Amino acid sequence: MKGYRKYFGKKILWFLITLIVAVILNFVLPRLMPADPVAAITGKMAQGMTDASAVQEIYKRYEQEFGTNKSITEQFFIFVRNILRGDMGTSFSQYPRKVSDIISSAIGWTICLQLPAILVGWLLGNLLGAIAAYIRKGFDKVLLPISLFLSNVPAFGMAVILLVIFGVTLKVAPIAGGYAFDMIPNFSWRFIRSVITHYQLPFWSIVLVSIGGQAVGMRSMSIYELNADYVKYARFLGIKDRKIVGYVFRNAMLPQVTGLALSIGTMIGGALVAEIIFSYPGLGSTMYAAVTAADYPLISATTLIITIMVLVVTFLLDIVYGFIDPRVKAAQFDI
Amino acid sequence: MKNTLRQVFHAPKFVTGFVIFVLILLTMFIYPLVNPGNPLEMIGVGTFAKPGIYVSMYDATNTSMETLRLPDADDKRLDKLLSQTDRVSMIDWFDATGVDITGLDLSDTDTLLTLWNANYDPTVKPKGMTQAKRNYFKRLDASIKQINASDTLIVSDQAEDGTLTEVRTISKTDYVNTSQVANVKALPLGTDNFGRDVLKELVSAAGTSIQIGLIAGAVATLIGLTLGLLAGYVGGTCDDIIMFITNIFTVIPGFVLLILISYSIGQEQRGASVVAAVIGLTSWTWTARSVRSQVISLRNRDHVNLSKLSGHSLVRIILTDILPYIASYVVMAFILQVSSGILSEAQLSLLGLGPKTTEVPTLGLMMNWAMLYSAHTNGSWWAYFPVILTITLISFSLNLMNTGLDQVFNPTLRD
Repeated sequence: MKGYRKYFGKKILWFLITLIVAVILNFVLPRLMPADPVAAITGKMAQGMTDASAVQEIYKRYEQEFGTNKSITEQFFIFVRNILRGDMGTSFSQYPRKVSDIISSAIGWTICLQLPAILVGWLLGNLLGAIAAYIRKGFDKVLLPISLFLSNVPAFGMAVILLVIFGVTLKVAPIAGGYAFDMIPNFSWRFIRSVITHYQLPFWSIVLVSIGGQAVGMRSMSIYELNADYVKYARFLGIKDRKIVGYVFRNAMLPQVTGLALSIGTMIGGALVAEIIFSYPGLGSTMYAAVTAADYPLISATTLIITIMVLVVTFLLDIVYGFIDPRVKAAQFDI
Repeated sequence: MKNTLRQVFHAPKFVTGFVIFVLILLTMFIYPLVNPGNPLEMIGVGTFAKPGIYVSMYDATNTSMETLRLPDADDKRLDKLLSQTDRVSMIDWFDATGVDITGLDLSDTDTLLTLWNANYDPTVKPKGMTQAKRNYFKRLDASIKQINASDTLIVSDQAEDGTLTEVRTISKTDYVNTSQVANVKALPLGTDNFGRDVLKELVSAAGTSIQIGLIAGAVATLIGLTLGLLAGYVGGTCDDIIMFITNIFTVIPGFVLLILISYSIGQEQRGASVVAAVIGLTSWTWTARSVRSQVISLRNRDHVNLSKLSGHSLVRIILTDILPYIASYVVMAFILQVSSGILSEAQLSLLGLGPKTTEVPTLGLMMNWAMLYSAHTNGSWWAYFPVILTITLISFSLNLMNTGLDQVFNPTLRD
């Protein structure tokens, strides 16, 4: 148990360090952008005004409100203090909406869409991969090329294809949004049904894309393990096939968990772009809008939230990995 | 080495992937020779012209004609002229006036027309039908009569003062040979929203995207390999520092950095190679991690220890005792990096952060324009589907090659 405590302690420490660096990077990178967003928003507000001093006044007013007139270190400490308070400033492009308000209305959609989709895709993919590895002949021959091909369709491509087939041609699913555009979010049965119908296409496009890659990876891992010495030894000992398969798949799953931890960022990235195709009201569409409008408080907040999401998921996967793989403990003390 | 190559080219998966990839590359080189010109030239004035062969009408009327008496020509003409909505409207009329239409097939133009000519009467006022609707049927009847009536068309030349001089008459049985018409343009994939030849653009875009993938892959593999070797072999503080950096860049999603960096570079400086380099800079972590773990498993092997005892330098040990063992792995990682680089470019472009738009077409930019002009909702499949297919095929072939190599170098995976 002591080994585990040390392992988890180390993981938590790493989590905190990376979090701090992520916050710094998230603060610095958007501020390197060339466009002056305050000038842009002033330009919008001052349209048709001829009095230069009044425009100047407006500029100063916004500069003060957004804090862009202070030094960069001062801005950073204000930024950190505000994050701790949950206040991420005011959006430029959707002024006077609070950034935290925009984010909190978007994050639920993204989490509810992507987490189940990626998990379902991962589970289905692993199951198919394991079956393919176990059965090999025939089944494997058909499934592998299909999985390989599917895993290479980009997430946005799958989104567009599903949208065209089911949304535009067959007209069985809506083509845009998270719920019917004539509704206001509430807890009525009609609204929930509308959300569910809008959920189908984005969900399945993400699932279909993630199945392929996982199946291919799991198949290779399982075949590798099935040919390992311990399997042969176990067979000689006369241990039942069912039990061996259990061991094999447990060992084959381990790299898949790490693989998920490593690729979760990429997968979320692809899924965010797929969100844009469906105009799904999640973080992907929010980020797209923010990038288009040079809205840096919003960019900073969206990327920070996505980064924290990925960070937390990776951390949780690390914890899970520690529990299911006793070799982790050994590896920690190997050095 | 020769033996390894022979083995590689006997792996069916690798060969399939290789053939697909080479075919794509060959198309990229040969097609511009067959169909030269600027791929970004806007040849069409409208948006999204359908795929097909376009014959100049002006030239066709000036080409010598042959008379062909084809038995089904009239029927085909009628089928084409009588639109689906017209047919449905005709059925509506029959319904309203109580004509027996049991067993009538909507595509059976002949019966439909005979029925119409026999039953349509402009003076009848079916119950509940508005004046506007009745007028609509009058117009429909007039146009149907027209289809039946006009036997010849007269092509005339318009002088400056507006007088028309007859140039020639065209009857229904006149045909021109397309090989004799001066201007015939085949657009196998139609045109895009700017009126550009999609096929020509696609071939050029695939080339640029593969270049972007290669640059990104090279940059990422180089960084990842160097860091992975150092971290894995040297270990200790060096490992800690490198893994610290790697962990940070693994956790902070690459595409977030890509978006931020691409945006700070600005539209003007963002050429294709800059985008490629940025993609490479943000995607090396995966290679670094895997190389490191491979090296860790290698560094306590006997032959490495022997080299250490013999007093060989660090560089020599890495180059002769470690690198050959992971070379196949690095090649595979590079192939995967190339395909993910192509995908990253496409995603970035879809966000509107791709390479400068006026210079080169890339697959992502084509996709981006198709989406901006909602090709997916207005049915212009040729503007986006070939692009998705090309991206998929390129990365499919690369991944097949990767799987094939995997099977050659990991005998346990062989079928």
